[in-house]
Amino acid sequence: MEQTVSYTLDSTLETVDHAEEKATRIATELGFADDEVMQISMAVREAAVNAVLHGNAYAPDKKVVLAFERTPEDLVITIRDQGKGIDLGGIPNPLAPENLLKTSGRGIFLMRSFMDVVEIRPSQTGTEIKLIKHVHGRSAGVKEGSQ
Amino acid sequence: MSMKLSTRQVDGVTIVDASGRITLGEGSVMMRDTVRDLLAKGNKKIILNLGDVNYIDSSGIGELVSAYTTTKNQGGELKLLNLTKKVHDLLQITKLYTVFDVKDDEAAAVKGFK
Repeated sequence: MEQTVSYTLDSTLETVDHAEEKATRIATELGFADDEVMQISMAVREAAVNAVLHGNAYAPDKKVVLAFERTPEDLVITIRDQGKGIDLGGIPNPLAPENLLKTSGRGIFLMRSFMDVVEIRPSQTGTEIKLIKHVHGRSAGVKEGSQ
Repeated sequence: MSMKLSTRQVDGVTIVDASGRITLGEGSVMMRDTVRDLLAKGNKKIILNLGDVNYIDSSGIGELVSAYTTTKNQGGELKLLNLTKKVHDLLQITKLYTVFDVKDDEAAAVKGFK
């Protein structure tokens, strides 16, 4: 993988599958363990679902931009839509007893469960979700070396 | 791999054998339609056999919840059978593992209906 790769995708269900497939391929190429690859691909899938459904609402004139950046310590994935911007305050805790049996609302929770860092930046011109997974082998080595 | 569903009857219980992916789109819709169809025909003892389900996303989790609550609201009972590790872990993370009646033995699951 190049240092950074970026894709501009339509607001369709196929984009969700493509985003997941690209995440799986890139995470595998970068040497993440199988369970980490699954976590990364699922987090990207959930972010793509948010972008396509809740952000762009399947609008054919709106795009989803998906970018993968490799740094020495992290895989940084950015998913950006062109929607109205997500209302972070309006997202209920899916683990609260009153929400357990709701049929939706678990996407961001799963992203946060599976990634080391999740940053969500809503704006009136869209939402950007940044997903970061540390490359454990390398970052562990840096920590050991700095002691 | 897309999702496949088939149903069979065992001692008055409907077992839905699922395989593939339960994800946003076709997989979720198939699951929803199948459970609703079973309930409409009076089949209210349902086991979802997820032994060959290798992937599920938040929409798929939502469909399992929907199947569970819809069945319960119609006076029926729904159990999950043979969870793969991935699905098991997801239900643990989302605190749904204790909400569902989860079994790993089909005969015991069938006998366990009221």
